[in-house]
Amino acid sequence: MIKINAPINKEELKKLRAGDSILISGIIYTARDAAHQRMAESLKKKERLPFDVQNQLIYYMGPSPSKPGQIIGSAGPTTASRMDTYTPDLLDLGLGGMIGKGKRSSEVIHSIIKNASVYFAATGGAGALLSKCILSSDIIAYEDLGTEAIRKLEVKDLPVVVAIDFMGNHLYGNALPGTNCTSL
Amino acid sequence: MIRKIHTLEITKNIKEMCIEANYYLSADMKDAIQQASQKETTTLGKNVMQQLQKNLIIAADEKIPICQDTGMAVVFLDIGQGVHIQGDSLENAINEGIRRGYEEGYLRKSIVHDPLIRKNTKDNTPAVIHSKIVAGNTLKITVAPKGFGSENISRIFMLKPSDGKEGVIKSVLQTIQDAGANACPPIVVGIGIGGTFEKCAIMAKEALLRNLKEHSDIPYIAEMEQDLLEQINCLGIGPGGLGGNTTALAVNINTYPTHIAGLPVGINICCHVNRHVTRIL
Ligand code: SF4
Repeated sequence: MIKINAPINKEELKKLRAGDSILISGIIYTARDAAHQRMAESLKKKERLPFDVQNQLIYYMGPSPSKPGQIIGSAGPTTASRMDTYTPDLLDLGLGGMIGKGKRSSEVIHSIIKNASVYFAATGGAGALLSKCILSSDIIAYEDLGTEAIRKLEVKDLPVVVAIDFMGNHLYGNALPGTNCTSL
Repeated sequence: MIRKIHTLEITKNIKEMCIEANYYLSADMKDAIQQASQKETTTLGKNVMQQLQKNLIIAADEKIPICQDTGMAVVFLDIGQGVHIQGDSLENAINEGIRRGYEEGYLRKSIVHDPLIRKNTKDNTPAVIHSKIVAGNTLKITVAPKGFGSENISRIFMLKPSDGKEGVIKSVLQTIQDAGANACPPIVVGIGIGGTFEKCAIMAKEALLRNLKEHSDIPYIAEMEQDLLEQINCLGIGPGGLGGNTTALAVNINTYPTHIAGLPVGINICCHVNRHVTRIL
């Protein structure tokens, strides 16, 4: 198990390989469909983004509401491919990497290689477990979007796997067949 | 004898069922996850399976949703012919139950009022309601909150009769291959074969509600369920899509007579958070 800090150090990031299990601690930001759309509009209008993306990690996640006394509700990843059209522009601006679930487009993979960044997979459907790694959560932009608002999270030992490393090696699609598959 | 059921009772039950479905999985689902966890051979796959088991324990202990995507509420009703529903309209009563369940249970509100304009309704209504009039004087309600990671990759194929069983198998494997990690594997596969365009889709959704330990009553279909399960688990997608031999926990197939010219196949995929609660009033 490799431990890394967020925001991410680009030299550290180059030590990560597809398939490595990682624990992330530090500050990360959430954004999913609607927040990405707004950020893209801001970029088009040459406005500033709600946070400086330099070396930061974006977690594709929209939590369930927190109960009284809870830091955040359940907080697992959403499907990353819906953000594919927005990702290359953010990576060009220096975004360190992303956390989500599922495959990325070849444009995103190329952009990850070009910008030496990384894409991590978190376990889809493990939202209760993953919420336990979140120490604080603050909405910093687009509050009207509810669950889709941008949140600044402080995390400790958030478990992820490197799905695409800075060289573009990727885990998805290279899966090994099961062991009892002689019939195929 | 006509039995009277008030819509207030329906609302109250729907509310409780939304919460229950999102905090606790059924025993057959939990068993299937546990058994798969023991059989998984890859290290990454094993890790994911262990996370899923821990996740279920945390959700149940702390009474929080198993997954943050608490779904679109799908409600099935079997309304006995001898039941008289009193009070508000049945549809209002159901949606009121959803509204209260999602609010009081701290569940995520994921429904937009219009598919293209997309403004959140902020109370997770409306539900998708499927009702049937059946014999008897009870009201059977099932609430199945459906996550969209897996809904999005579900498919309908209008095959030709000559495509036969092989065509069905090919369509299922293709659907699951395309889904990869997006469906949050290990998945449950619900399949409807026959009927019409909409009938095969509804049968596929109903198939997801079946106890995973039960098989089709039709011997050759039961065999096909087993066969497909093995082939799916040979795709190597694995838990979380990270590789392994646990891609599906079960394949459930429902069938119906169909037209001489067609072979409709509905494939509804559900993630490992296959939620459904049934009550009989
Ligand atoms: S597909 Fe299922 S497990 Fe995955 S995020 Fe949606 S509800 Fe959760």
